[in-house]
Amino acid sequence: MAIKVIKPGLSTTVQDLGRPGYYHIGIPVSGGMDRLALKCANLLVGNKEGAAVLEAVFMGPELQFTEDAVVAVTGAELPPLVNGEPRETWTSFKVKKGQTLSFGFLKKGARAYIAISGGIDVPVVLGSRSTYALGALGGFKGRKLDVGDRLPVGKGRVVKEGRRIPEKLRRSPGAPAELRMVPGLYWHRITEAAGKQFFSDTWKVAPEADRIGYRFRGGKPLDFVPREQPFGAGSDPSNIVDACYPYGSIQVPGGTEPIVLHRDAVSGGGYFMVGTVISADMDLIGQLQPHTPARFVEVTMAQALKARNDQTKLYDKIKSSL
Amino acid sequence: MKTRYSYGGDEHIFVECDEEMSLDAFFKSLSMATAVKKAKIKGVTEICPANASFQVKFDPDVIKPAEMLKRLRMIEKAAAKANPLIKSRIIEIPVYYNDPWTRETAMRFRDRHQDPKSTDIEYTARINGLDGVDGFIRAHSGAPWFVSMVGFVAGLPFLYQMVDRKRQIQSPKYLRPRTDTPKLTVGHGGCFAAIYSVRGAGGYQMFGITPVPIYDPNQKIKHLRDFMCLFRPGDIVRFKPIGREEYDETVAAVEKGKFKLKIKDVTFDLREFQKDMDGYNAKLMGALNGH
Repeated sequence: MAIKVIKPGLSTTVQDLGRPGYYHIGIPVSGGMDRLALKCANLLVGNKEGAAVLEAVFMGPELQFTEDAVVAVTGAELPPLVNGEPRETWTSFKVKKGQTLSFGFLKKGARAYIAISGGIDVPVVLGSRSTYALGALGGFKGRKLDVGDRLPVGKGRVVKEGRRIPEKLRRSPGAPAELRMVPGLYWHRITEAAGKQFFSDTWKVAPEADRIGYRFRGGKPLDFVPREQPFGAGSDPSNIVDACYPYGSIQVPGGTEPIVLHRDAVSGGGYFMVGTVISADMDLIGQLQPHTPARFVEVTMAQALKARNDQTKLYDKIKSSL
Repeated sequence: MKTRYSYGGDEHIFVECDEEMSLDAFFKSLSMATAVKKAKIKGVTEICPANASFQVKFDPDVIKPAEMLKRLRMIEKAAAKANPLIKSRIIEIPVYYNDPWTRETAMRFRDRHQDPKSTDIEYTARINGLDGVDGFIRAHSGAPWFVSMVGFVAGLPFLYQMVDRKRQIQSPKYLRPRTDTPKLTVGHGGCFAAIYSVRGAGGYQMFGITPVPIYDPNQKIKHLRDFMCLFRPGDIVRFKPIGREEYDETVAAVEKGKFKLKIKDVTFDLREFQKDMDGYNAKLMGALNGH
C-alpha cells in the first residue's frame, strides 16, 4: 500500500533507529531524535521497535491512506485527526482506506512520531531507512516529504486499536529542561569561574535548532585559559586542531553560544567542546521548542550509566504494559 | 607528544594524540585507530580517525567505559612499537584553480573576508609570501597531500600537505562563515585543505574547483559505484592544475560514464619520507604515473 502526502508539514522525514558505522567518513547515524518515542510508536502498531516511521517537527503532515492501517502518534503532543475527528496520542487507532490523517496545533514538545502498521517501506541505504537530508541520503529520496509524494508502506500485522502507553511511562523535558552532561573533551580550555558560570546560567533554545544540532543562547560568554594556539588549530581561543565530534558533544564557538550536536551531527570540526550530554538525555533535546529555558547539569560517569539503566528499565516497563 | 584520553559522555572515548598538528600525530592517531579496528572489540560501533586524534563510539551496555579505556591504553602501548607504515592509495584530483564559480561566490560574501579587495587566492598567496596566483598554484599542486580526516559532512576530506612545516600553506577561515560554497570547491583553513563534497555553508578560503565527484549517494558515478564516498583517511592526493577546457571535458566525461579516476595503491613509510620529503614525494608521483 501507499500513503499520499496531501500536505508535508514543516519538515517531515522518514526515520528509524539510524545507520551506525559510517561516522568516520562523515555520514552520521541519523534516525529519530527521540528514540524512545519512536520505539513506543512502533510497539503500539505491532511493528518491530526499529521500523521506519515519520518524524514531524512542530507541525503535522496531512496524509491520505489507500488501504486500512493502524496508526499511533507519540512524542510531542500533536493531536491526530482522522477525517477531522480527534484521536488520542500514545494510543493506536485505525485509519481506513480513503481516510485522511491530519493534525491539530502542537501543544507540547517538538517532534511527533507517526508509526503506521507495516512501517514505511522506503529502500534501505547503508543499513537504514533514515533520512540524512544534508547528504541527500536515505529516507524518501534523501529529503523531507513534499506535496504529492507517495510513501510505500510494508505489510503489517493485525493489531487492535486502543493500545495505549500510560501517561506515567511517557518521558518529556521539565521546565527548565535539565540536560545532564559529563564535563570533559576540552573542558580544561575554560577557566574555573567560567565552568561554574556555565552550569549556573539558564540558557534558552535558539531558533537555530535542528537535527544537526541545538544551539543555546542567553548565558554569559566563557573565559578561556590563555595559551599560545597549537599549530594547525586556528587563531581563535575556541579553535582546536579539527577533531571528531561525539554525539551530544557541546561545542561553544567563540565561547558564546553552546551547540549540542544531535543525530545528524557534523562529524568533526575545529571548535572546542566542554563535554557531552549523556545518552539518556539525548531524546529530551529532540522535544525542546525554540525559546525553551534549559540548564546543563554536571554528572559523573556512574550517574550517566545509572540514568542509561533507568531509561532501559522504563522501556522494559512500557513493553510489559502492552 | 602526549596522549590524552577523555570520555565523551557514556558512549564515546576521545583520544588526542597531540594538541598540535603534525604528520607524527596524524600517524599515531591513524595507526591506533586501525589497531582498535583490528582488535574487533565487542560493543564498538564507530572508529573515527581525525587529524591528530581519534574517537571510539561504543555501547556501554556491552563494554563498560572504564574497560574500554583500559583496552585503548593497551593498544597505545602496542602501537608505539609498530613501524609507521601504512597501505595507502595515491589519487590524482584535477583542479581548475581561480575558476569563475568560486570567484563569483567569494565576491558575494566579500564583506565577510579579511581582505575584501583581493580574491581568496591572491590574499593567501600574499600572506604566505608566494609569487601571486601562479606562485600559489605551483606551491599548492607541487607536493602531495595526506587525507588526515574525512568528515564534517559526508565524504569531505581534510588534507595536510606533505612538506616541511615552514612550506605549508596557512590561511585563516573567513571572518564569518559563508552561507554558500559551490559543490567540489577546493578550500583551505588553518593548515588544512578540504574538498566540499556537497554545496552548503563554509568558512574556508576558496581556491578552485574539481570536476571529479567525490560523493554520490546514488552510487551511479563509475568510481563511486562500490562506495558512495571516494576518500578514506590515509589516502594521498595530488592536485593537478587544469584549465577551463580540460575542466569542461572532464565534467562531460563524468556525465557519460567515461571518466577514469587515476588511482594507485602504494605503501607509505613515514621514516623514509622524513629522511627526504621531496625525494619521497617524487617517488610517489612516479608510482601514480606508472613508473
